[in-house]
Amino acid sequence: MIPARDHGSGSAPGSGWVVSLAAPDDFDGWREVARQLLRAAIPPEQVRWEAPGGEGADLFAAAARPLPVPPADAPQPRVSRAFVQMAQSAILHGDSARFALLYRLLWRLQSCPRLMEDAADPDVRHIDRLARTVRRDIHKMRAFLRFRVVEEADGQERYVAWFEPEHHILRANAGVFVRRFTQMRWSILTPQGALHWDGEILREGPPAQRSDAPSGDPTEDLWRKYYASTFNPARLKVGAMLKEMPRKYWKNMPEAALIPELVAGAQAREARMVEAGSQAFGERPASLAEVASAIAACRRCAIGCNGTSAVPGEGPRKARLMIVGEQPGDMEEQAGRPFIGPAGQLLRAHLNDTGLDVNAAYVTNAVKHFKFAMTGKRRLHQSPTAGEIDTCRWWVESERALVQPRLILALGASAARAMLGRTVSVQKERGRPHRLEDGTELWITTHPSYLLRLKDDGRQEGGRQIEEARFRDDLRAVAARLRELA
Amino acid sequence: MTQKTVMERLEILADAAKYDASCASSGTAKRNSKGGKGIGSTEGMGICHAYAPDGRCISLLKILLTNHCVFDCHYCINRKSSNTRRARFTPQEVVDLTLAFYRRNYIEGLFLSSGIVKNASHTMEQLIEVARILREEHDFRGYIHLKTIPEADPELVARAGLWADRVSINVELPTVAGLTRLAPDKSATQIEGAMGTLKSAIVEAKDARRRFRSAPKFAPGGQSTQMIVGADAASDADIVGRASALYGRFGLRRVYYSAFSPIPDASAVLPLQRPPLIREHRLYQSDWLMRFYGYAPQEVQQAADDKGMLPLNMDPKLAWALKFRDVFPVDLNRAAREQLLRVPGLGVRAVNAILGARRLRRLRLEDVARLTVSLAKVRPFIVTADWRPTLLTDRSDLQALVAPKRAEQLELFSA
Repeated sequence: MIPARDHGSGSAPGSGWVVSLAAPDDFDGWREVARQLLRAAIPPEQVRWEAPGGEGADLFAAAARPLPVPPADAPQPRVSRAFVQMAQSAILHGDSARFALLYRLLWRLQSCPRLMEDAADPDVRHIDRLARTVRRDIHKMRAFLRFRVVEEADGQERYVAWFEPEHHILRANAGVFVRRFTQMRWSILTPQGALHWDGEILREGPPAQRSDAPSGDPTEDLWRKYYASTFNPARLKVGAMLKEMPRKYWKNMPEAALIPELVAGAQAREARMVEAGSQAFGERPASLAEVASAIAACRRCAIGCNGTSAVPGEGPRKARLMIVGEQPGDMEEQAGRPFIGPAGQLLRAHLNDTGLDVNAAYVTNAVKHFKFAMTGKRRLHQSPTAGEIDTCRWWVESERALVQPRLILALGASAARAMLGRTVSVQKERGRPHRLEDGTELWITTHPSYLLRLKDDGRQEGGRQIEEARFRDDLRAVAARLRELA
Repeated sequence: MTQKTVMERLEILADAAKYDASCASSGTAKRNSKGGKGIGSTEGMGICHAYAPDGRCISLLKILLTNHCVFDCHYCINRKSSNTRRARFTPQEVVDLTLAFYRRNYIEGLFLSSGIVKNASHTMEQLIEVARILREEHDFRGYIHLKTIPEADPELVARAGLWADRVSINVELPTVAGLTRLAPDKSATQIEGAMGTLKSAIVEAKDARRRFRSAPKFAPGGQSTQMIVGADAASDADIVGRASALYGRFGLRRVYYSAFSPIPDASAVLPLQRPPLIREHRLYQSDWLMRFYGYAPQEVQQAADDKGMLPLNMDPKLAWALKFRDVFPVDLNRAAREQLLRVPGLGVRAVNAILGARRLRRLRLEDVARLTVSLAKVRPFIVTADWRPTLLTDRSDLQALVAPKRAEQLELFSA
């Protein structure tokens, strides 16, 4: 049963056999010849395998001679099913050594029938690698091939694809496409050959060129839009994509052209989302009433979600002076009006003293909801965080855009941040004009609640009287400046 | 307001659906369009027709029927209070899109979900209508995955399975407390009740098919679910425990873990910082350990630290091996399959190769090198004909020898 290994007339060049197969994926042809050689006990070293198309051809090979006739009583070789399955895949590989490798394994299997189980054997590993590469190529063709629709002479649609497989897999893959697109007319064009299906019969065609296939399809715009929209920029993993969809496939996939742009834009898109909760606010409100109703529904920060009601600004629609505080306090929240608590009353008193008409000014807050902590039964004011101020900037900017004041007075650090977008020192920046991007003049001073917290300890530096005097000075300067601007 | 074009609505409704992780098109009954009036086939193995730059496979057309929603779940971009753009498709439009994409070989089928409009049952009817048109009027034989709305009439949920390959209900959050806080309109009991209904329907249909060949198929691809990781306080140990309970109780095909990702217009209740993506990866690895490597949930939980979190800098299998060193070294030439599967660096395929090869030869290190990806990683844990790790498993610096060098995934936006 086992052929003698030293059969034949030595291994001198020219004494071997040359086998030419009909096609690069001709498994049946290979099996026929391999059986015959094996029965005639021709060892692998004496056989040279050639596929058509010059693949693996040797110019100096011996002239073809007829294959040896095996003895009539030589038994039919038997191999495991595992080998046949693997060989059917491996033979489709582009490696020109595949026929010889398969015959060598077949030869060795005769003396060691369980060889295929030995994954540590170099030949077994080799065929396994070939078979796996081919299976992957087959799978990727099923996945990445794209049809484009054309109208035929009889008005029917035909779906045509151009694909460049790496190995000889076209015929092996035909069945899947027939089973899947049975009721469709389709053609698959490749550099190795073509397949045409008309609903009943599958025909083979000669090798094709890219220019034979249609160059576009209107549905591809929709598909590209889908591809871009289903991508989540917060989870960029380019390596994972490349592993499964290497660049070599990109040129025939309509959506792949978007990849560089999506990758480049992803980090910016995520950064925008993360920034301050990155909220899409939509379009700016068209009126102060719209601002008031929108802030009431705003839940974009934790203060907005604490269950309090929002306090809108108030004052004439075209006020020349806009006064910005920090946030509504306990009384303001209950009444729904800004600056009516203790700090608001202090502010109003000083404004009167300096000749500024509070009713002519638009008064509002940097943050629209009341942030507090419960201590016993009292709601104690808490300062908003920079992030919360930045989130709420949208609203105070919307108010600015509607009122268009000539001058803005920011009370305290929170209001200053809401106007400037950065935290500044009130003591350093107070008492002089700042110019905002749109040209509006900004003045900064302390918040009246700061004055309320100071102890009334006479005329010491940092004492309440000194600070109130400075506060009044700031207001006077603003009043004077407003007259100048008139 | 002018009607948005199909293109605009596709953009909105695909964007709204992308936070569902599942895109599987595998594991359903084999069928093809031979002898039918339409197109489509399923060949057992799923096909990923494209990959997005987020590394995720695009196998199905994954969209919402509408992103209008009467619910207000904080983690969801489509919640009632969100400022996102809204759109809706008619069932016929979804059918046309699916077929146009399928004919061009872009997709394996449809994954349809929806925001809740009017009420749960009305929405569920619309979803089912899409599947019905595809199957009945177009004889479509590709893959259909329907998201099922737990609040809908059980009768409708049962009908969904007759058209779909796979049905799924998201448990959303690993803990009931998290669900109550972040999804105030949903109820854990209702979700689990609906999953139970689906399970019995699937089991019954399988049983009926065994006896009557003509019995209708019900969701041959089974049911799956998804939970969001990192939006509430649940630890990895909690999540692993919950997942294994779900697998056991409802016979799920898959539990998907979705790292909470920042969404536009997020609710302020959520953390702004996303959990590291690697955490999601470690959970999938532990999921695999339970499903394919014979680890009990408690064993996976043992790999976690005292706060119940799996280490981010190494996979859970290696973490477990470093904690339970007395199990090692494992003799590759003698050990049983279960023991081999515990060796860090040996996957199911390598173990199968070892079991096959050792019948024919006594394995040496050089053989192992040919069968595995990294010899360095497995060497401290194995014994071969020519190798025994002297004292290695007692070394205190073993982790440094085998664990990956880069300690953590670099955050793009770390301060």
